Amino acid sequence: MDSSLLLSLSTFGYLAASGAYLAAFLFKSKKAGLAGTILTALTFLDQTGALGLRWYESYQIGAGHAPLTNMYESLVFFSWAIASFYLVLEYKFKNKNLGTFAIPFAFLAMAFASSGWVDQNINPLIPALQSNWLIAHVVTCFIGYAAFAVACGIAVMYLIKSNSPKSTGLLATLPELKVIDDIIHKSMVYGFLWLSAGIITGAIWANSAWGTYWSWDPKETWSLITWFFYAAVLHARFTRGWHGSRIAWLAIGGFLSVVFTYYGVNYLLSGLHSYGAQ
Amino acid sequence: MSRPLIGFDKPNLKHMSNQKNSLWMFFASVKLALSILFLLAAASIIGTILPQGEAAGVYSQFYTTNLGLSAHSADILTKVTLLLDLDSMYQSWWFRGLILLLSLNLIVCTLERLPDVWRLVVLDNLDTSLDRITTMRNSKGYTTGLTVKESCAAISAKLKSSGWKTSQRERDGGTLLFAQKAPWSRLGVYVVHTSILMIFAGALIGSIWGQKGGVNIPETLTTDKIYQFGSGTPIDLGFTVKCNWFHLTKYPNGAPKEYESELVIIDNGEEILTKTIEVNGPLTYKGWTFYQSSYESHQKFIISVANSVTKAEERFLAPPQQPVRWQNENLLFGIQELIPTSIRGNYKYKLLVADSAGNQSLYVVDDNQQMTIQLADNSKYTFHIKEFYSTGLQVSKDPGVWIVYIGCILMLIGLWVAFFVFHKRIWILVRTENNTTHISLTGTTNKNKSGFETEFNTISDTVADINQIEAQ
Repeated sequence: MDSSLLLSLSTFGYLAASGAYLAAFLFKSKKAGLAGTILTALTFLDQTGALGLRWYESYQIGAGHAPLTNMYESLVFFSWAIASFYLVLEYKFKNKNLGTFAIPFAFLAMAFASSGWVDQNINPLIPALQSNWLIAHVVTCFIGYAAFAVACGIAVMYLIKSNSPKSTGLLATLPELKVIDDIIHKSMVYGFLWLSAGIITGAIWANSAWGTYWSWDPKETWSLITWFFYAAVLHARFTRGWHGSRIAWLAIGGFLSVVFTYYGVNYLLSGLHSYGAQ
Repeated sequence: MSRPLIGFDKPNLKHMSNQKNSLWMFFASVKLALSILFLLAAASIIGTILPQGEAAGVYSQFYTTNLGLSAHSADILTKVTLLLDLDSMYQSWWFRGLILLLSLNLIVCTLERLPDVWRLVVLDNLDTSLDRITTMRNSKGYTTGLTVKESCAAISAKLKSSGWKTSQRERDGGTLLFAQKAPWSRLGVYVVHTSILMIFAGALIGSIWGQKGGVNIPETLTTDKIYQFGSGTPIDLGFTVKCNWFHLTKYPNGAPKEYESELVIIDNGEEILTKTIEVNGPLTYKGWTFYQSSYESHQKFIISVANSVTKAEERFLAPPQQPVRWQNENLLFGIQELIPTSIRGNYKYKLLVADSAGNQSLYVVDDNQQMTIQLADNSKYTFHIKEFYSTGLQVSKDPGVWIVYIGCILMLIGLWVAFFVFHKRIWILVRTENNTTHISLTGTTNKNKSGFETEFNTISDTVADINQIEAQ
């Protein structure tokens, strides 16, 4: 058994979990909801094992490093972070319909990772990446990204519920708008804290590798643009009382900025982070 | 648009603002903060799309190829680009102006709000109007057969065991108990604002008093200068740096695994310290930090030879297939051929040695390994061969970096406090009415209202747990 098998399994696991959550939502089925949770938890465990195994395998081929070093590994970790963030959310808010809107992101990340557009090999690290800051930087960034992804999914849920004329039938099983709004906000707050930590660890790393903590490289700049965006959204809510659809749309907009920072920059703009595109 | 309520005794901010001038209020406004954040985000995008720090020709080229503009329009756009400093956007006067505006906004905003928030942090909550305790939305009431004194003691004990330390005061209408958690958490947001100002200050100090440059030092040689990035102006270090050696290790596929250099700092003619630096592992001396960043190959090899008997030693620089002579020892040698190894780009050396009598023999010497050879004339020499490199160093001095780092740490602490630590307050009024002891209880928090509701219910259950109590 190797990590790539476990990781393919996790792609299907999240697909099945997404399906189960969707069924739970559409058919108001408690059993399907339970199946969704069990599938997500099992897939999460499988993926955790796979990450550990991939770490071990990297040492066996003489390229020993944490599995957080290229596009493929970051997508896997992104998916893992989404699932872990979601499981905490489901436990806290006791509503399985959140999974209908959150777990598909974990599946999409894995599906894209295994699509063939992304190199899946374990590659040895170039000298610049050999640093203890690597783990701190990638982990903090991706926990933040995962929280923003979930906020985006829940924002879609909010907009569906708030734009339908009557909240009966299917939509009645969704949490109250006030509660959804609260979850979106809390996810963004949590993501913002981790994004800040991600930018800071990246800056410290850059300083220890190149002697410059900030060089306006496109990836850095885009992470800062994303930070400005969420900072503005949080201020609009805290001090001007913005909430509801407006915040939901902003949560979606913020996540688009995250996706561009994460993925778009690698392909459309060039810079120091080019190795992240491999 | 509804404004969130922060707490029932929040001082009114508006009564003071009338007396202040409009410029002050402009800088204190959150609208300004939102506008600047938006402008900074939007402006930053330009610099990630438009190449930075290029010559004018590059921009005309950029506009013709990427926007499909005619040469004339591209020229006009290039002029605009240079006029607005879009070619070095992040250093431009207007981008710095935006950052300055944000700083002013943060300072004024903080000065405007901090006094009121501070008042809330140190507020005497036992002085609160008693009416409010019974009229708040989440007020709860109980009666008990205990006396006021007994009730207060029992409630204090109960709350203490669940982590709430109460203080109490005799008031006209009864005894008021109060307990709170983390009043200081209200300052979290101002810690974040201060941290941002610190980061800006650190960056400013770095841009005024900092230096950035680079230098290439050939192995075994020294430098006491570095060359400023961009201008190439030499900068005196005030001490000397020597590169003892540079190593390049490779993965089997030939990709670089590590660059390392052994550097020696020589100050006033004395060797102060020796350290091996690598990428991500720099050396700092007198404020200057030396980062391993690159290397240069010279297509030559350093051959070190030592006479095993006399211990005489000498170092030679030789390109392949060019023999060199060690005059004193009457020894002739040279690299005849580079033999590839299993690691791509790495070599072993076929070494040709001729002794004093002219007897030639061939040896295979591993890279960067010592090898002792006994020649036909019975003389014995130890050879060591490695490629001759220059180490490429980035060198910087940034006296502001520690302020930036402290700012970063403060920011994370401040964000944590601002988002996840709540100021929670509970009041309990115990009074006698018609020979019955009445207990009224209420509580507020400044954040996370729904979470506090659950906690408040638990607290009221705890209070209700004292003897002989009945719900009202």
